[in-house]
Amino acid sequence: MTNTVSRRGVLQRGAIAGAGVALPTIFTASSAAAYTNEPTGGTVTLGFNVPQTGAYADEGADELRAYELAVEHLNGGGDGGMMNTFSSKALQGNGILGKKVNFVTGDTQTKSDAARASAKSMIEKDGAVMITGGSSSGVAIAVQGLCQEAGVIFMAGLTHSNDTTGKDKKANGFRHFFNGYMSAAALAPVLKNLYGTDRTAYHLTADYTWGWTQEESIAAATEAMGWNTVNKVRTPLAATDFSSYIAPVLNSGADVLVLNHYGGNMVNSLTNAVQFGLREKVVNGKNFEIVVPLYSRLMAKGAGENVKGIHGSTNWHWTLQDEGSKAFVKSFGTKYGFPPSQAAHTVYCQTMLYADAAQRAGTFNPCGIAEALEGYEFDGLGNGKTLYRADDHQCFKDVLVVRGKENPTSEFDLLEVVEVTPRAQVEYAPDHPMFAGGQLGSCNSGA
Amino acid sequence: MDAILLQILNGLDKGSAYALIALGLTLIFGTLGVVNFAHGALFMIGAFCAVTVQRLLNLSFEVVDPDKTDFLGQPLKVKTPYVEAWFGPEMGGAIIDWAVPLAILFAIPIMIGVGYVMERGLIKHFYKRPHADQILVTFGLAIVLQEVVKYFYGANPIQTPAPESLNGIVNLGAVIGMDIVYPVWRVVYFLFSVVIIGGIFSFLQFTTFGMVVRAGMADRETVGLLGINIDRRFTIMFGIAAAVAGLAGVMYTPINSPNYHMGMDFLVLSFVVVVVGGMGSLPGAVLAGFMLGVLESFASMNEIKSIIPGIDQIIIYVVAIIILLTRPRGLMGRKGVMED
Repeated sequence: MTNTVSRRGVLQRGAIAGAGVALPTIFTASSAAAYTNEPTGGTVTLGFNVPQTGAYADEGADELRAYELAVEHLNGGGDGGMMNTFSSKALQGNGILGKKVNFVTGDTQTKSDAARASAKSMIEKDGAVMITGGSSSGVAIAVQGLCQEAGVIFMAGLTHSNDTTGKDKKANGFRHFFNGYMSAAALAPVLKNLYGTDRTAYHLTADYTWGWTQEESIAAATEAMGWNTVNKVRTPLAATDFSSYIAPVLNSGADVLVLNHYGGNMVNSLTNAVQFGLREKVVNGKNFEIVVPLYSRLMAKGAGENVKGIHGSTNWHWTLQDEGSKAFVKSFGTKYGFPPSQAAHTVYCQTMLYADAAQRAGTFNPCGIAEALEGYEFDGLGNGKTLYRADDHQCFKDVLVVRGKENPTSEFDLLEVVEVTPRAQVEYAPDHPMFAGGQLGSCNSGA
Repeated sequence: MDAILLQILNGLDKGSAYALIALGLTLIFGTLGVVNFAHGALFMIGAFCAVTVQRLLNLSFEVVDPDKTDFLGQPLKVKTPYVEAWFGPEMGGAIIDWAVPLAILFAIPIMIGVGYVMERGLIKHFYKRPHADQILVTFGLAIVLQEVVKYFYGANPIQTPAPESLNGIVNLGAVIGMDIVYPVWRVVYFLFSVVIIGGIFSFLQFTTFGMVVRAGMADRETVGLLGINIDRRFTIMFGIAAAVAGLAGVMYTPINSPNYHMGMDFLVLSFVVVVVGGMGSLPGAVLAGFMLGVLESFASMNEIKSIIPGIDQIIIYVVAIIILLTRPRGLMGRKGVMED
């Protein structure tokens, strides 16, 4: 009797044995994990998905700085920043639920497909239990949808479209940043006081979800106080020279130009409008005015002198004197040498709010965290008393009306706060027509 | 009527930038036979020459002002530009104010140098390769250049204003009793482009060097057989084309704040301009540049857009298709160019 061992036989037996060994592991992986990427070791991984390339890369870089600062504070490093002023005292500076916080980063490139791919990679390959960040509503809506399907929480970064928590809202998605409706509700009374009720407005609008909803919101709010809207012109997102869109404004009879533009579009359209002498123009016996409903300090820098005296709104500004804002500016400024942007502020808050919700819920399960965030009221994060509304996962807080500063004292001192609009003035019903059309749905834990 | 004249002005102004970039592109194609997709990046580098000059002129020393505080509550460091310290606040301020026009002097040698290095270091190795290879390598180079600029200058637009005295508006219609206000700097840009275009044509038409280059463009081999080093002249023309794109970029900075991506924004349009004008045709590039600029401006008028929505975004391509269908060599294209 010969004992022959063939190559094929070894491979067959090996494959069967391998499958036998692997089988229990497969069962363990699918049955024991109660939710997507349940942390099992001493660390928990967060995914920071920001524009690291493309037109919003500087804003993305500022978001990343704030995220790194937040992680440092969560792990007990630095001066603790807004953890010290946050009304919730659940966080102890020992990570989240005793697990050290790690992070991975992705590059959204401010493109929906790239942002989804980087978020997917962080969830599937890096085990990220939460995705956060971004500087565009189109990207936020796309990534929010992906996180809903994947069973992880999405804490939105800078997204201002009504749709993010309107028709495209998701149970796993949460937005701290304000929206187009809130900008309009805050700005309209200030514009009425400044420019009166007999005005004719001309809108230039970036042709995508954010521009559309902001245009709708501003037009509705200004028309409600008596203004007439003479034209709403959509401009391509890729446009750089807006002169051919500005020129028709000169003979339109309008005496107010509303620029529903952000980023490079805002810098260029505002610069072009000023070049064409709109600010010196007198129409209908009134001085011509320009309004930029959504301001960003980083973008205002690009527009230079042209922002002087022009009104808009912002989610937060580093000159605020509440304890939370002061703590954040001190912490960020000491580490990086300049004050944080509103994008940095909102993502820092989102990281803290997520960590706090996990700590209070006692779990990283997205459904537990969602429950802890829904209807949660907090203070000390720089915007006064704030509510994370359960109906749509939108934060409700004070909104700032700002104006380009006439005599800046430094390169950071570009905007001045004209009015802190109280939260009650910018609230709306969950079924408001501008936010209708979508369902929050139910939380997905990925189990 | 005012609106139509305004859009014509606007179109000529846009066309100035298209024509200047397309002129350089077609000059390179006509001399070296290279399809240079990095030409937009040269426009962008020119713009950042202006940014660099502005920053150099604003180099400052810091003096601590104990009476004022910064955003962290520390004593404020007040910056004073060296130029103001050396020449006095008035003169120094005036020099800083004129940073963009001064940047022309800085940009010319820089751009010729960049063009020379680009041509000798990379592009010459692709002369005999297919156009697809040339497009790939120059497009890759454009991306590298814009990423380098982004690394040093960031992604946000950088404000680079025109001198205060050229920053206002002028009523161009006053002489004919109409009200056509237009930004002074845009008029300056148009006139500048006319001077540059005229200068290039004169250089090629009325100098021996230009005559040899034109001869080389028509029949490179025969000129070579006459013992003339045409390659060296073509390399110089590459440098000149780079300088033209760079100067177009320098002067464009007050119109739109420069950012690292601005070259790409112009690249595709400029190629369409070259193709419509006729590959290798210098007058064609200029004519097509101004023509497409004017058409694009008219297509942005609300009256036109209300009839054909979205026409402003496709007008240039529609016109290009029509022209290429009716005149396959473009408006002023020469027989045999890109037809092998």
